[in-house]
Amino acid sequence: MNRLLPLLGFLALVALLAFGIHWNTLHETNEVPSPLIGKPAPEFTLPLLYDSTKSLSRKDLLGQPYLLNVFGSWCVTCQEEHPILTRDIKPLGIKVIGLNWKDQPDDAKRWLGQFGNPYDAVMADQDGRTGIDFGVYMAPESFLVDAQGVIRYKRIGMFTPDLIDSELKPQLAKLGRIAQ
Amino acid sequence: MTLPVLFPPLRGGRERKGAALALLRQVCVVFLLLFACIAAHAIDPLPFKDRAEEVRFQQLTRQLRCLVCQNQDLADSDADLAKDLRKQVFDLMRSGKSDAEIKQYLVARYNDFVLYDPPLKPGTWLLWFAPFALVLIGAIVLLRILRQRARLALVAAQSADQRSLASRSGATDSGEDDW
Amino acid sequence: MLPEIGQFALILALLLAGVQCALPIFGAWRGNQALIAVARPAVAGQAVFVVLAFGVLTYAFVTQDFSVAYVAQNSNLALPWYYRFSAVWGAHEGSLLLWLLILNVWTVAVAAFSRRLPDALIARVLGVLGFIAFGFLLFTILTSNPFLRHLPALADGNDLNPILQDPGLIMHPPMLYTGYVGFSVAFAFAIAALLGGELDVAWVRWARPWTNVAWAFLTLGITLGSWWAYYVLGWGGWWFWDPVENASFMPWLVGTALIHSQAVTEKRGSFRAWTLLLSIFAFSLSLLGTFLVRSGVLTSVHAFASDPRRGLFILAFLATVVGGSLLIYAIRAPKVAGGKPFRMLSRETLLLINNLMFVCAAAMVLLGTLYPLIGDALGVGRISVGPPYFGFMFVLLMLPVVLLLPFGPLFRWAAADWQATTKILIKAVLPALGAVVVAKLWFPELALRGLAGVAASLWVGAGIVLYALKRWRDAPRGRRYTPEMLGMILAHFGVAVFLAGVLITESTSVESDLRFAPNETRTIAGLDFHFRGVARAQGPNFVADQGEIDVLREGKVVATLHPQKRLYSSGGSVQTKADISPGLFRDLYVALGESLDEKTGAWAVRVYVKPFVRWIWLGGLFMMLGGFIAATDRRFRVLPERVDVSVSKPAAQPALTTASAAASAP
Repeated sequence: MNRLLPLLGFLALVALLAFGIHWNTLHETNEVPSPLIGKPAPEFTLPLLYDSTKSLSRKDLLGQPYLLNVFGSWCVTCQEEHPILTRDIKPLGIKVIGLNWKDQPDDAKRWLGQFGNPYDAVMADQDGRTGIDFGVYMAPESFLVDAQGVIRYKRIGMFTPDLIDSELKPQLAKLGRIAQ
Repeated sequence: MTLPVLFPPLRGGRERKGAALALLRQVCVVFLLLFACIAAHAIDPLPFKDRAEEVRFQQLTRQLRCLVCQNQDLADSDADLAKDLRKQVFDLMRSGKSDAEIKQYLVARYNDFVLYDPPLKPGTWLLWFAPFALVLIGAIVLLRILRQRARLALVAAQSADQRSLASRSGATDSGEDDW
Repeated sequence: MLPEIGQFALILALLLAGVQCALPIFGAWRGNQALIAVARPAVAGQAVFVVLAFGVLTYAFVTQDFSVAYVAQNSNLALPWYYRFSAVWGAHEGSLLLWLLILNVWTVAVAAFSRRLPDALIARVLGVLGFIAFGFLLFTILTSNPFLRHLPALADGNDLNPILQDPGLIMHPPMLYTGYVGFSVAFAFAIAALLGGELDVAWVRWARPWTNVAWAFLTLGITLGSWWAYYVLGWGGWWFWDPVENASFMPWLVGTALIHSQAVTEKRGSFRAWTLLLSIFAFSLSLLGTFLVRSGVLTSVHAFASDPRRGLFILAFLATVVGGSLLIYAIRAPKVAGGKPFRMLSRETLLLINNLMFVCAAAMVLLGTLYPLIGDALGVGRISVGPPYFGFMFVLLMLPVVLLLPFGPLFRWAAADWQATTKILIKAVLPALGAVVVAKLWFPELALRGLAGVAASLWVGAGIVLYALKRWRDAPRGRRYTPEMLGMILAHFGVAVFLAGVLITESTSVESDLRFAPNETRTIAGLDFHFRGVARAQGPNFVADQGEIDVLREGKVVATLHPQKRLYSSGGSVQTKADISPGLFRDLYVALGESLDEKTGAWAVRVYVKPFVRWIWLGGLFMMLGGFIAATDRRFRVLPERVDVSVSKPAAQPALTTASAAASAP
């Protein structure tokens, strides 16, 4: 039995490594799940991109769920995600708020002008502090916040039609937004 | 599989972006970005009030992991976000927060992942205690072997083997058998 | 045409590796001399084709054949000729080919220098090595073919990654691979012994020099890697506990345990099963390292582009090789403890403690490296395990080793003379404690870690010097130091140097990020850094911003440093190139950040003052030297003639007597 111990230990290691390969095919290796899920969204008050004299805060958005989409004009993948926001997410009837993260307002406006603006409102987070409070570390990222202001779901990276079906829609269904 | 995600631009990266974009299509994105992370490192002079504060800042940011360049600590990472986070850590230090509070601030937003020094909790018991358990088990096994061998040695010494022991000590004096 | 020949050569090498594995092992089993005799020619043939393939790839780099996809990806027209050679192993496919080349060099060496060993044993050894080569060749051909064409050929290639364009990188991978591929020889000997059932101590004696040489190369490879990271990655650190560094460090730790346990088994006959197991572990960890680096399972600095197919293949291969050998071990390892008896206080005991601590340290590194994965598997979330964990644990686990090290050589086999030993070692305690007091008075700001470093270093250093002196006095001229003993003394002295380096550097280094305007002077650690400004500089394939900084002590210039920030002409990637003024007692290290203000010409600059940092690598070099010297001991080579292994068990004891007789003959 003693002589079998090294082999058994090794088999456990192989199982772990196989799991690692398997896990990696299902996940982005650099994806770090947010600790904020199930918790109230952090407080924020940010100027609107198109009218910096007005601002939007967490409290203003209470009452109905929304999808907070973090983007920047410097972000290549955001450009890739952009048509998906317009084509696949808008029709779901969820309010989509843009968080323009660490960007120059002029660049952002030009970008939205060129590709179209899919957002119900766009907030400008120029210094990135609100992004940090939300635990944003790359773009695009999206947060689904419910009517009570609680974060229900976070997507790190861009949405794809498949992900919308497999992840976003069930989450929306839970909030009673769409029929399953 | 999802498509690659881009991070906030690396500092000083504007002129690089065009070339990098062309490469993106060819090379695995993660590969490229990791090396981009390595290629430039953060040199970020902050207005420390004294040497002690600077050392404290360096030690603290060495224990924190950058989320963008995931192989670097916050002190070295040249990522834009890392720069913001360093500034944030600096501001928190200035506002009188302790190291533990600053870590807590980051963990609340970014998960335990940011800590290079994993906190002790049920999920990390194995990590923290297994090496000691291993040493302990090893020591017990070792002790049993030693006692068993020592008994054998005693028996050997008591039996007619005195002669060989004597010859051994003789050999030791000449030095060779010692090796 | 040539690249196709290269690929064809790889396929032929694969076939020959298959032959080299299957026939001799089968022959040794059936006692068929004809099949046994196939081993050496097959080794030679495989080596010819692997060398050919490697030559073809090198030629493609030198002549810049951008129709080969791998060449196009990892070089370009502007690449200086000397980096075209090292570019061969600049990425995954080519580095695998280097791995294979080195495995073949080892195999040929074993085949050539083992003519006096029993044919059956050597047939099994070469067969096992053939199996390993077979697996890696198959891996290369199926998943990582370096000869894939990219047609039509590109006008210019991409580039060799700038961080690899450095002299250190020409040497680091070959040395490292030579080290960890070298453990395959000890492994092959162990498996051959298990397969043949010849579990006396003979195989250990024959395996020892190979293990020592492999260990020495691995030590050199790791040392070079650390030195390279220090000056190229520009972080001024010398060890990051990165998964890939750990992947090379684990075989080193187990290899260190192995060279010690081999000594016990060879000389005293004890711990035979344990030595077999360690031989298997050392090479298994080398394979595991290969898996970790190339599967993309862990995020790492060195991450090769990951591909799940590659990961699966290596895992399957790893499972076959290691699982198979552990199974053979479980079935055939000796069940009874053999060897000469020993007391509690004896060299055997100390070497066992050494083994326990080194294996536990390796297990700790493995656990820490894989814990993020374990975290995912257990569903406890993503966890980072970094330098704070490894550093803490490693120091703790190595503490007993450092404390006990000086006793090792002074303790005799079987029964140590405690009083005589302590009488000698008290002379090592005094300087250690004395130095701590002096250091504390001289540098009151020296932290506890630094003091511990001084003490530990002097304890180990003085201990080993005292041992050397004792030998000098006690042993007659000409027989004072056998190469094996000299190797041990040097390697242990290297530990002392290393300890001083690590602990003093870590506790006294000064680091500062500065905003420097031209002609500004800042004082750091008692030195004045005077910034002259930044100018353009032109390299062979890059342009750079180059800073100029004078370092003055009491008004006298001690160094002028030119850190660069390079922009490579190819992909436009930026690379920081630090400038270092090295010194035995202190390095001055300056790296250039970026322009902070165009108008005033202010730049961000990082400055390090690192006392004793060179001692870290100096210690590594001493250890390496020790490994090489120990391997030259005549005893390992003289013996095989005199032992007839076809007689199994009883041969062990007489063999040992012949050993000492042979060794004591002038």
